[in-house]
Amino acid sequence: MLSIKNLYARIEDNGQEIIKGLNLEVPTGQVHAIMGPNGSGKSTLSYVLAGKEDYEVTEGSVELDGEDLLELEADERANKGVFLAFQYPLEIPGVGTMTFLKAALNAQRRARDEGEISTPDFIKMVRQHASDLGIDQDMLKRSLNVGFSGGEKKRAEILQMSLLQPKLAILDETDSGLDIDALKVVSDGVNRLRSPDRSFVVITHYQRLLNYIKPDVVHVMSKGRIVRSGGPELALELEKNGYAEYVEAA
Amino acid sequence: MNTAVRPIKTAAENALVEQFTAAKARLPGNRDAREKAFGAVVEGLPHRRVEEWKYTDLRALMRDAKPLADLPTDAQVAAVDRKRVLTSFDASKIVFANGSLIESLSDLGKLPAGVEAVSLAKAYASDLPLLARFGEAEAPEDNAAIALNTAFVSDGVLIRIAAGTKVDRPLHLAFGQDGEGHASYARILIVVEDDAKVEIVESHFGEGHHQTNSYVELLAGDRTDINLIKLQAESLDTQHLATLAIKLGAESSLQTVAVARGSDVARQQVFVKFEGDNTKASLNGISLSGARRHLDTTFFADHASYGCESRELFKSVLDGDSRSVFQGKILVRQNAQKTDGRMMSRALMLSEGSEADLKPELEIYADDVQCAHGATCGALDEDHLFYLMARGISKIDAQAILVEAFVGEVLDMVEDEGLKDALAVVTNSWLMARD
Ligand SMILES: Nc1ncnc2c1ncn2[C@@H]1O[C@H](COP(=O)(O)OP(=O)(O)OP(=O)(O)O)[C@@H](O)[C@H]1O
Ligand SMILES: [Mg+2]
Repeated sequence: MLSIKNLYARIEDNGQEIIKGLNLEVPTGQVHAIMGPNGSGKSTLSYVLAGKEDYEVTEGSVELDGEDLLELEADERANKGVFLAFQYPLEIPGVGTMTFLKAALNAQRRARDEGEISTPDFIKMVRQHASDLGIDQDMLKRSLNVGFSGGEKKRAEILQMSLLQPKLAILDETDSGLDIDALKVVSDGVNRLRSPDRSFVVITHYQRLLNYIKPDVVHVMSKGRIVRSGGPELALELEKNGYAEYVEAA
Repeated sequence: MNTAVRPIKTAAENALVEQFTAAKARLPGNRDAREKAFGAVVEGLPHRRVEEWKYTDLRALMRDAKPLADLPTDAQVAAVDRKRVLTSFDASKIVFANGSLIESLSDLGKLPAGVEAVSLAKAYASDLPLLARFGEAEAPEDNAAIALNTAFVSDGVLIRIAAGTKVDRPLHLAFGQDGEGHASYARILIVVEDDAKVEIVESHFGEGHHQTNSYVELLAGDRTDINLIKLQAESLDTQHLATLAIKLGAESSLQTVAVARGSDVARQQVFVKFEGDNTKASLNGISLSGARRHLDTTFFADHASYGCESRELFKSVLDGDSRSVFQGKILVRQNAQKTDGRMMSRALMLSEGSEADLKPELEIYADDVQCAHGATCGALDEDHLFYLMARGISKIDAQAILVEAFVGEVLDMVEDEGLKDALAVVTNSWLMARD
């Protein structure tokens, strides 16, 4: 279970507070959606969970299955099973996609005292997941995300998630930039990974994604806090009425 | 110019004068040429007030002058043989120990057809006509590294690739040092005649507190196709002065990649002269420095012909309190119309204490040219690091991956896969040690 209590976080550079007393619990095996206006701090929350150093937590706690995440470096969190699918996946010229995937997979396996994967097994595994996600084999030969279209980058994030099999996956607007067919493919990819021992936090602006990836709980985030939580019907209501009510209330 | 009163000579300067006085009678070849060359340094070594040596103050960096290396002992030859680098790479070898060509370790007797190689010592003894071609690339004779080499050198090799020869097996010139500390000089002449093609690898390695000085002169005819790869992996206590002087004929193609991984202080000078029309040259380098090491690349391209293209990419990675220097200049003479020159230098700094000095220059006298230069200097991208770490890769591994990507742009230019892999291993070894 992911358990966030009274979390406050600010931008290290300018001290601006973005997360302001946020509480959230995601029981293991559940899918929770977070919706909220632009700039409400959704991506910031995802970065804070993943351990980005640009943010400083000033108060509160974040635990995954009882373990304090805030104590850990980004790589240690990943090795404990935290995965963030980035809203804007970075292009890293010169780093081969396959080299990167293998380094990541082996780092996590080493951290869990599993041996490194053999190259043939690795290639087979990547090919399988890539073809499930409609990712062209040629893309895997390129530098990481370099020259990938917006939609291809999002698929590549899900490919990484499929390979790494995290305990907690945070998907930050993975649906934005996807065409209708890609949305279906990516959602199928996510649904294949749903399991009783894996949780998801799905950040999105569109109720449509939630038709494919059915959430257990929908949260509304505004001005750095969760201001309302409800069932899937809350997403429909937001779609209809927008955020006006929350922006004022928060 | 004010003529500042020169301070008293340094220990190194005094020792050089003593050495030259003692050795000149027994050094082979043209004594006048040696005297003349030594004249350029007899008044002292260049220092930071001499523009070309501004960032590499040789006078201050060269604390002593090591004694001239004796002929190597059998044990030293064996040690050099053991320490050879890039051994997995198949090539015809010419091996030097402490500056002397070692025939027993070399493949001089079984060189590919069309390739001729004679040791400099033998060339002096037989007054080989090829000797007359030294200096044809017109590198500045009064440059301190060149002058010292001319004054003291006693061995090296002269190589001729006959016209039309496509050499299918690369040549590997291996320069090893063994012993406590000595000065060793080597001079190499490579004449590539018209329509010939060759790949030449140069490696420098060994142990000890040495001062090495190598001067490679490459004279390329027309329609030649040449690949030069250099690995400088001297001991971390060595001072390495190296000069590569190149003259290129018409419609030729040259590619060079130099990796500097070793030495306490190293300066690699490259002088390239475009003497024929429509020639393309790509000259590239990587320098890896850590601790308090100092690595300098000084580059000069002289475009004196029509329609030539030059591409330079120099990358340095710095850690500790090390320093890297890149001085690059492209000169385009008035008649060198349609010159296309692009020079880029990038420094990647892994530590607060390191310092990179990048000084690119263009000097253009022709009006119809395309020339550009750029220089960048910075740390690893924090967001890139985070992305890799967010996938479970440790900080140290993530840094290594990003540094490999940084230098990979240069390494990828090495066409021979085996050689590229061997050089990547060297880069990785530095990344592990950061020394
Ligand atoms: N590193 C940073 N430097 C400066 N401002 C930042 C930084 N990170 C976040 N912010 C600011 O914090 C606020 C919250 O940003 P965040 O990206 O978390 O919003 P979001 O809810 O994800 O928005 P969107 O729906 O547009 O993706 C914004 O005002 C943003 O400009
Ligand atoms: Mg966002």
